[in-house]
Amino acid sequence: MTQYLNSFPGGLKLPGRKRRSTATPIRKMSLSHTLVLPLQQHIGEVATPCVKVDNKVLKGQKIASSNGHISANLHAPSSGTIKEISEHPMLHQSNSSFPSITIETDGQDKWIDRRITYDFTHLSPNDLCHLISDAGIVGLGGAGFPSFIKINSGIHHYVETLIINGAECEPYITCDDVIMRERAQSIIDGIEIMQRALNVNNCVIAIEDNKPEAILSMRIALNLNQRIRDTKIVVIPNLYPTGSEKQLIQVVTGKEIPGSGLPIHIGIVLHNITTAYAIGRAIKHSEPLISRIVTVTGTDLDNSGNFETLLGTPIHELLRFCGTKHQVGAPLIQGGPMMGYNLADNNLPITKTANCILVGVENTAKDTNPLPCIRCGDCATVCPIKLLPQQLYWYSRSRNMDKMQEYSLFNCIECGCCSYVCPSKIPLVQYFRLAKTETTNKKRESQKANIARIRHDNRLERQEYERVARKEKQRKHKITLATRKANSRSEN
Amino acid sequence: MSLFRLSPPFLSSTSSVTLHMIQLLIAIVPALIAIIFFFGPGILINITLAILSALATEAIMLRLRNRPIKPFITDGSAIVTAVLFATAVPPLTPWWMTVIGILFAIIFAKHLFGGLGYNPFNPAMVAYIILLLSFPLEMTIWLPMKELTDNPMDIISAIQIIFNGELTTGANIDTFSGATPLDVMKTQISLSQLPDHIQNQALFGLFGGIGWEWINIWFAIGGIFMIYRRIISWHIPAAMITALLTISTATFLIVPQATADPLFHLLSGGTMIGAFFIATDPVTASTTTRGRLIFGAGVGLLTYIIRVWGGYPDGIAFAVLLMNMLVPLIDYYTQPKIYGMVK
Repeated sequence: MTQYLNSFPGGLKLPGRKRRSTATPIRKMSLSHTLVLPLQQHIGEVATPCVKVDNKVLKGQKIASSNGHISANLHAPSSGTIKEISEHPMLHQSNSSFPSITIETDGQDKWIDRRITYDFTHLSPNDLCHLISDAGIVGLGGAGFPSFIKINSGIHHYVETLIINGAECEPYITCDDVIMRERAQSIIDGIEIMQRALNVNNCVIAIEDNKPEAILSMRIALNLNQRIRDTKIVVIPNLYPTGSEKQLIQVVTGKEIPGSGLPIHIGIVLHNITTAYAIGRAIKHSEPLISRIVTVTGTDLDNSGNFETLLGTPIHELLRFCGTKHQVGAPLIQGGPMMGYNLADNNLPITKTANCILVGVENTAKDTNPLPCIRCGDCATVCPIKLLPQQLYWYSRSRNMDKMQEYSLFNCIECGCCSYVCPSKIPLVQYFRLAKTETTNKKRESQKANIARIRHDNRLERQEYERVARKEKQRKHKITLATRKANSRSEN
Repeated sequence: MSLFRLSPPFLSSTSSVTLHMIQLLIAIVPALIAIIFFFGPGILINITLAILSALATEAIMLRLRNRPIKPFITDGSAIVTAVLFATAVPPLTPWWMTVIGILFAIIFAKHLFGGLGYNPFNPAMVAYIILLLSFPLEMTIWLPMKELTDNPMDIISAIQIIFNGELTTGANIDTFSGATPLDVMKTQISLSQLPDHIQNQALFGLFGGIGWEWINIWFAIGGIFMIYRRIISWHIPAAMITALLTISTATFLIVPQATADPLFHLLSGGTMIGAFFIATDPVTASTTTRGRLIFGAGVGLLTYIIRVWGGYPDGIAFAVLLMNMLVPLIDYYTQPKIYGMVK
């Protein structure tokens, strides 16, 4: 059975460079002395700490609970003592500090009592959803959106297809690849749980064709599970950015998400393969999200590989283990070479969304003065959204924000294809990001100004009303006084 | 300044403006060899002269505009302008005309508009048109094809003609130059000759002018190489050739006595250098996919209209410049439908 696959416009065939880190199996990173856990490793509200300094915690114990609708729990990755709750620099694009909990580990790695549910088939979708929420699972592909919300959607919306994203299209990153190779069984468990929670049978596991070992191992695991039906593994062509949500949906279903909508609006729920794994472990083995597989790779490392790393482990310990030749000034990247970001220092702790630490890449982009745009249109050819980066660039140079929005600036997914191909070496994505931030700020400001204006108008109106009311009152008072006077006079 | 870019993407392709230009120059070499083969080595002198004056003018302009000289002089754009211009003008153009043309191309058509990337008009074609309007006689006389002349032009006499205007024997250019096949076709049709008869003359080959057809074929091969190397996209040449073929076939079927056959138009004059090397200039052409098709078709149609009903034997240069003017409009109205946009 071959399924007819669709495609998306543009895209790049990038050299994968994945073998660098797939030569060795997943290794367990040794326990770090201190673990630093930022309270916001997800999209949404900051979690509220539910432990105090000097409290003893066990591995898997909840240390911060989700706060509001979009938020996620946080658990202790190992047993130890809470040392402090304070601001700490965090793995984040902004390279700034966030409130974090620091745990001093005791080396015993002692688990909290776990309720192991080998048979989850009797659990209701609601129960499953609660368990996933309790385990603090967020989208592990990089977005960090709390997973239970996307699983809850099954109750309010009709879900036609569940897509599991095993594309991993960025060069160098292999954490999804190795997890599929080595732990396919738990992934399939997770997929089954998601299917039950969403009440959807139709499921597609999409894997890029450059991972034959992963495809094989997933096929075997899928065949071993007799309960899930209508689930198929679809091998998709290796083309960057096919692992991006919009592009993957386009490849698998041929559908586009209209406007600024969500996949659920066209009946699709999409989860990352590692998220499926985490869900499988969380339900079946009652393991909350306390560790993840991190690819540590790059040209400036002696050994590359994938490491099962506890959240909060400082990056420099991973780098020391791998033997780094990282030079000051060269980029130290979290994520892939196309969409990752540069880290200000290597003392940052691993978070839920940290999929790859990349030290040195082949064909590095140099920080040279770009030539002017020659309008060759290569950027428009590779743009998967079909934007016209050359026009956007033109208007960003003249800071014409209205024109940029007319040319759909906010539809840019920042995949970096345009910057990659540009013969003039213009950092296009950087310009677009800046323009987006600026526009958003401006909008916020104008909103603020608007609110202030309305408030001011209301105040004037109120003052006017009060003035009129006061006058009326005075008038009435005068009349009363006058009549009273008249009355008293007439009485006299 | 850091050596590395510290914002994503951290990867970069190996493409560069210079590499684009170098590949274009490689692609044009076979056609240049064909020109040398048929019309003698005069063009080499033109090209050398054009390149040298283009680089000098570029450097002076960059200096005057306070721009860094090295990155812009090595981008190759001035050399490409020079080569295209020198290939477009007749092989024995006097040296001062070549220099004037280049000065005009680099100063007025390029740098006064803002330099590389900012010029709305193709510099080589602007220069060509300026010379054509100012010196119509010199710009329309070509050497006869080598096989049609008793004493083919060698490099020494080419140098004498280009720099001195005449040979040491006293013979000047008029004594051995002639009109191009397109020119002959145009004037003789206006004298009510039948195209069939005209094409039986020695000046004409199998399809186009003798020699010219091969030069055009080599330009097309160079162009296909560029498409293969993704230096240019296929849209503009394909649209231009299709448009030219369509209108010439239609006219030929309706009034065969008034026009040459479609293949003649396809393989004469500057059709192929126009389609693959001139109209595809990225800076001045349309950038959207549909826009490129419209742009190319426009160049093809205008070329034919100027050739057959206009005042000049060939119309590539005018057609390209006229379409250059429409590019902002075309680009605005041919924006692609983006992802998720509901029509």
